[in-house]
Amino acid sequence: MSSNTALSAGPSPAPRYVEDVIRAAVILTMFWGIAAFTVGVVIAAQLVWPQLSFDSEYLTFGRLRPLHTSAAVFAFGGTALIGTAFHVVQRTCRARLFGGAPLGWFVLLGYQFFIVIAATGYLLGITQSKEYAEPEWYADLWLTIVWVAYLIAYLGTVLKREEPHIYVANWFYLAFIITIAMLHIVNNLAMPVSVVGTKSYGAWSGVQDAMIQWWYGHNAVGFFLTAAFLGMMYYYIPKAANRPVYSYRLSIVHFWSLVFMYIWAGPHHLHYTSLPDWAQTLGMVFSVMLWMPSWGGMINGLMTLSGAWDKLRTDPGLRFSVTAVGFYGMATFEGPVMSIKAVNSLSHYTDWTIGHVHSGALGWVAFIVFGTMYYLVPKMWNRPAMWSTRLIGWHYWIATIGIVLYITAMWVSGIMQGLMWRAYDELGFLQYSFVETVAAMKPFYAIRLLGGLFFLSGGLIMAYNMWRTIRGEPEVAAARPRPALAA
Amino acid sequence: MFIRHATIEKNVILMVVLTLITVSIGGLVQIIPLFTIESTIERVDGVRPYTPLEVLGRNIYIREGCYLCHSQQIRPFKDEVERYGHYSLAAESMYDKPFQWGSKRTGPDLARVGGRYSNDWHVAHMISPRAVVPESVMPAYPFLATRKLEFDDIAQHLKALRAVGTPYTDEMISNARADLEAQVNPDADPTALEKRYPRAVVGKFNGESAEITELDALVAYLQMLGTLVRFGDLPPDRLRQ
Repeated sequence: MSSNTALSAGPSPAPRYVEDVIRAAVILTMFWGIAAFTVGVVIAAQLVWPQLSFDSEYLTFGRLRPLHTSAAVFAFGGTALIGTAFHVVQRTCRARLFGGAPLGWFVLLGYQFFIVIAATGYLLGITQSKEYAEPEWYADLWLTIVWVAYLIAYLGTVLKREEPHIYVANWFYLAFIITIAMLHIVNNLAMPVSVVGTKSYGAWSGVQDAMIQWWYGHNAVGFFLTAAFLGMMYYYIPKAANRPVYSYRLSIVHFWSLVFMYIWAGPHHLHYTSLPDWAQTLGMVFSVMLWMPSWGGMINGLMTLSGAWDKLRTDPGLRFSVTAVGFYGMATFEGPVMSIKAVNSLSHYTDWTIGHVHSGALGWVAFIVFGTMYYLVPKMWNRPAMWSTRLIGWHYWIATIGIVLYITAMWVSGIMQGLMWRAYDELGFLQYSFVETVAAMKPFYAIRLLGGLFFLSGGLIMAYNMWRTIRGEPEVAAARPRPALAA
Repeated sequence: MFIRHATIEKNVILMVVLTLITVSIGGLVQIIPLFTIESTIERVDGVRPYTPLEVLGRNIYIREGCYLCHSQQIRPFKDEVERYGHYSLAAESMYDKPFQWGSKRTGPDLARVGGRYSNDWHVAHMISPRAVVPESVMPAYPFLATRKLEFDDIAQHLKALRAVGTPYTDEMISNARADLEAQVNPDADPTALEKRYPRAVVGKFNGESAEITELDALVAYLQMLGTLVRFGDLPPDRLRQ
């Protein structure tokens, strides 16, 4: 890889910032993205052709799905967050990363080590079977250490800032780091069977465990996949659009209301279960209220474009970020609707939930990461632009078509399955056996697989474009003069 | 509050503390009462800790990620109660570490699958799901039927469970191995096992192998799911949360 020179290339702009860690995080983000999309395509195919597990214990849906979700959320999303957090905090504080490159590398590589031991564990059947908290006790302990180092690096940098005010993006990154620490520790308290073994038993059980798990699980969405990526939005969209954030006041109001209300929303994952009704009702009410701060953030992001909407025509990277905010608005409207108990009675346990998650994960999280990376890669490697603007456009449309195929297929299959489960015939018997509802899903699972393939193809195009940009070849179409590189 | 936001924006420690307070409130209000309100778990009889064999069977259920496609939670709707049985009680999962209520039904709910199918059906289904249910999209688990169950450290498992609150007695722990072997041996005297674990189902669950296999443990677990509470003689007020 000639990027060894490229990794540390560039005399400008400020050698005082720690940037090698960010460059490595950018590459790793791309790698994990492709990995997550690929495993997603594989398990989508398994639901169409179940023979694809080949009777192997390592390739069953049950072991591969945590691999997919962890690769998407924690590896792809988390690595992007660590990289951009270090970029944003140094720039907005005009200060070198606290702890310098050594602490930065420890956080990034320590986090990669966590991902690797968690992921290999899933394949071997090492899991707590708590959604999005599958890693076992030893991986959890290691993550706690890495996370504390992350907090120290971030907080230390903010403390030594040269700007009087802490920029709004940092509020979101900080809230993310602090809250994830709290959730992670409480939800994963466990007693190992043996200190040399992998198996542990959790501190909580039954209904309390369910509540704590979804207090964790929903706020993995709320803080990992929302607050932190809002931090990303608050830095990179104004930067790429070259406009100030639309409303300072709105950012204050929506920050505090968002972090306050999100925490309450967990019980909407447990509607009509053995969780007491009062907790379900609280969860529903706060989930519906959460619509407002969510849209506050969306409005602030979108309106930042006012006066610069024309850039969407010329900058497809920015188009990704703005579309992401649009998907964020859609997903945070759909979420409150699904948290209403009457709607949830139909949607819960069906593919509707899976579709909802993916409109957030693909439309919001992945798209804002793509937009950010298209901005960050030329900046970090001192290139005038991405190697090919046209390929960004291709990526945009292929990925968007993929998402639309995915979520519409899941809407139809989810609502259909929910209705089939509760259908009665004219004699008052249940109309469909369970397995008839499984068979009815098949065409929609095939469409979903196609959507996933589109999304993966877009990711591969991006990886190629990134590779060519980093290698530093002149852009294909435009014959723009490029500044000489000191490499 | 009388703090100007500019003050918070200039003091990161203050911002961290206020954020921490703000994000703590919801969890405290929703979680702590679940431990203090006594009626959170219904006062019904029959729920007991898992037998040693069921513990290991449940661990296989966990290892294979069954929760990703099967729920163990029947909601109080007419269609669900007709399809699966009485709606689930909090009491029925009070010893579940972790809870396995699930959030997706790619396959059917399993909260009351116990006793619904024969052992042989389960074995055939696990080895080759489509041989039994042609439309099924479940992966096949033939390796469970031949792999020996590891249970040398079964007492350690019960001890760890006791350390986090499951009421296993010293007697249960010292007899863990014997109880495990007794449950999978139809010729042994089950009296001691049934005294410690009422309504335990005894049998050679996996007829495909003479050894004690992983599939024996898994089927033993599946066959007890939802069978511990007798709903017939239960006064309705005992179900109130």
